[in-house]
Amino acid sequence: MVSLTINGQSVEVEPEATILQAAEKLGIFIPTFCYDPELTLVGACRMCVVEVEKARALMASCCTPVMDGMVVHTESERVIAARKENLNLLIANHPLDCLTCEKTGACRLQDYCYQYGISESDYHGDKKDYELDDTNPFFIRNMNKCILCGLCVRTCHEINGAGAVEFMNRGFDSKVTAAFDDPLENSSCVFCGMCVDACPVGALTPKHGIGKGRPWELKRVKTVCPYCGTGCGLELYVKGNTVVGAKGDVTSPASRGQTCVKGRFGFDFLQSPERLKSPLIRKNGELVESSWDEALDLIAKKFKEVKGTELAGLASARVTNEENYLFQKLLRSLGSNNVDHCARL
Amino acid sequence: MGSNTTETHPVLGYRMKMAKKKGASLIVADPRKIELADHADVFLQLRPGTNEALINGIINVIIEERLSDDQFIAERTEGYEEMAAAVKKYTPEYVEGITGVAAGDIRKAARLYAGAESAGIYYTMGITQHTNGTNTVMAIANLAMVTGNMGKPSSGINPLRGQNNVQGACDMGGLPVVFTGYQRVDNEAALSKFEKAWGVKLNSRPGLTVTEIMDGILNGEIKALYVMGENPALSDANIHHVMEALEKVEFLVVQDIFLTETAAKADVVLPAAAFAEKVGTFSNTERRVQMVRKAVNAPGEAKADWLILQELANKLGMEWHYEGPDHIFQEIAQLTPAYAGISYQRLEQEGGLQWPCPSADHPGTLYLHEGQFSRGKGLFTPVEYLPPAEETDQEYPLVLTTGRNLYHYHTGSMTRQSKPLNAFKPEEFAQISREDADRLGIKNGDLVKVSSRRGEVEVKADVTEVVPTGVIFMTFHYHEVPVNVLTNNQVDPIAKIPELKVCAVKLEKVG
Ligand code: SF4
Ligand code: SF4
Ligand code: SF4
Repeated sequence: MVSLTINGQSVEVEPEATILQAAEKLGIFIPTFCYDPELTLVGACRMCVVEVEKARALMASCCTPVMDGMVVHTESERVIAARKENLNLLIANHPLDCLTCEKTGACRLQDYCYQYGISESDYHGDKKDYELDDTNPFFIRNMNKCILCGLCVRTCHEINGAGAVEFMNRGFDSKVTAAFDDPLENSSCVFCGMCVDACPVGALTPKHGIGKGRPWELKRVKTVCPYCGTGCGLELYVKGNTVVGAKGDVTSPASRGQTCVKGRFGFDFLQSPERLKSPLIRKNGELVESSWDEALDLIAKKFKEVKGTELAGLASARVTNEENYLFQKLLRSLGSNNVDHCARL
Repeated sequence: MGSNTTETHPVLGYRMKMAKKKGASLIVADPRKIELADHADVFLQLRPGTNEALINGIINVIIEERLSDDQFIAERTEGYEEMAAAVKKYTPEYVEGITGVAAGDIRKAARLYAGAESAGIYYTMGITQHTNGTNTVMAIANLAMVTGNMGKPSSGINPLRGQNNVQGACDMGGLPVVFTGYQRVDNEAALSKFEKAWGVKLNSRPGLTVTEIMDGILNGEIKALYVMGENPALSDANIHHVMEALEKVEFLVVQDIFLTETAAKADVVLPAAAFAEKVGTFSNTERRVQMVRKAVNAPGEAKADWLILQELANKLGMEWHYEGPDHIFQEIAQLTPAYAGISYQRLEQEGGLQWPCPSADHPGTLYLHEGQFSRGKGLFTPVEYLPPAEETDQEYPLVLTTGRNLYHYHTGSMTRQSKPLNAFKPEEFAQISREDADRLGIKNGDLVKVSSRRGEVEVKADVTEVVPTGVIFMTFHYHEVPVNVLTNNQVDPIAKIPELKVCAVKLEKVG
């Protein structure tokens, strides 16, 4: 173990830990844009700089390993000045339409500007003027808001493997694009949405949630994806009685925040107008609405009329364990072992 | 093998590609040139329906070249000699004749697999939906055991479960022969345990499988059918047969979240709550039991399936008094040794537990068969290659194989109701090879007619390099193009799984 001091508090960590990890252990927050523990470190955004005593330059804490006896300051005057300058440059060409931006309240650029008291830029740079890519039904790409942190690029290459987006050009003109700067739809993108979840700003916006609620109004519910057997953890965003968004649950042991297009964007069937809302009974050849009592009484009567072995049931690979358990308990209690489901299909 | 993982289990697909980048080797066996094939060290593009021949060929090489794990075979298995004798004739050259895979590639795959420190096999319905599916699974077990790839991390045989809770439905006794945790209904001890716990007299005769239930309806043996959250009208092989059964059954109850094709045939339809509208647990493909939580209320009068079942049971005079899913789970844990140590409290705290988890202080089980197989010694089973039940002929010269795409799920009852998913993939396309397309004068997007001995559908053509000459691929997501009117309901004699992966068809351009 290595021991060091951060903001006057001492901490012991593994020798391969970084300053950022050591600070996390102490509960000291260091702002970052381009850092994600699941991805390769690039130390590019310079937001996480800290002052290390006896070192001349400020150090990027996300990729500087700890050393025994190190003395670190995460909010010294020099550090704050550097971060402010950094933010100043970033918002110089950033569209400040926070009033209607979907990311407001969950945007790291906004949060850090708030933290360091930056309301407008001292620079008057050219604004970027890229066309929106909103051709796919899942999310909008607005590269005018991109701060080039590269999280989406690394997520797409390192986690998904699709490699659909890349950096293009250099300097002011650098930009994240899909192949040939075409809309994503024509690329190898599989719309897993993981880049959307990774983006620290409002450059990548899911379409379904637009105008449906601010982050602080939403209840978050952790659950499991209803589609394939991988069983990815999802976090559903709920406003009132509506699920307005979803994202991978980073605490899920099965998926660690990863998703595919179905889990990430396919939950709106819940609100489909086609959902069944009342029991139906066939009368004169037509299915007509009925009360629960009438429907269940009819089923009970019919089930009593047949012998147990003349009754069969299909349980379900979609419903919960508890429900499958009760289903077979019901059938077997009526004398029928004719219980199966579509596992074979 | 037989798993288009990046489309059917995308997140597992990411993991495979990631492992590959970190230096793992990847062998892909599939009739189609699927995405993973681009990442593979060896790609074995076999003819549909020839899996066991290919596996036997690989085992043949492993034995011939002495790449087997002899210590593992001696200590942990039995029946090796018989199996070794059976694969003797499956030389790579002989297998090339059956599968169309070059003998050199079979050797390469065998050396890679046997040479790895640990190697896992992942498969899905591409293996099981054949008349000889059970045999193929046994062949896979032979392959894993011959190389000692069992009972250690990152190895073994991993059937990827297609639907979110197939594993759970099986674990919970949603099968004709077993109660929860695979306790057989014809086992006296199990029977009396459940009789006592439930306070009823139970039947010890194993019941019928889905396919037998449909036959049972047609021959008058089955009079009433209760379907909860399934859509056999679209997912079962040979829809005409199933439709006939659903029409004929005297009384049909369907409980679902949508008026599916099956529900439309029902005498009574019960509206159920969807996953985000109730509490419970799902068990994923790794046997991991995870909490499902309620986010919103169900629409209208729809209710959670467990509540409906309880109310119905009470109408039938059973006196069930479950206060909630937690209460039901406690009963499951009491009656199911593999789930005994799992509770809602632990799931809340620990975020998911893999069974077997026999006691409250047990951490769960990452992989099975460590040190010992469930049956003691691992048994090798000699397996012979059998051609698919339906072979091509002059009239039906092409092979149709079915599966899924990334954007939809099963019969589409949920994904087709999702606006973005459906907007992105609104219709079915049949994948057709360039050679077949050229021969028949078919261009991308043309309407074609695909017919088999059982039926026909019209669908747009996707002319692609993904399928080899002679093979057509379609999904079963779209009710507009119900591919299962074509497929063969001939079943595997043991697992009773219909041969959805191979049927003979002909192709014509429409208009
Ligand atoms: S949605 Fe997924 S595949 Fe598409 S660009 Fe983002 S990370 Fe890559
Ligand atoms: S789009 Fe978002 S995640 Fe990607 S580089 Fe720009 S700011 Fe970073
Ligand atoms: S998010 Fe995708 S990979 Fe994960 S469980 Fe859902 S459908 Fe499967």
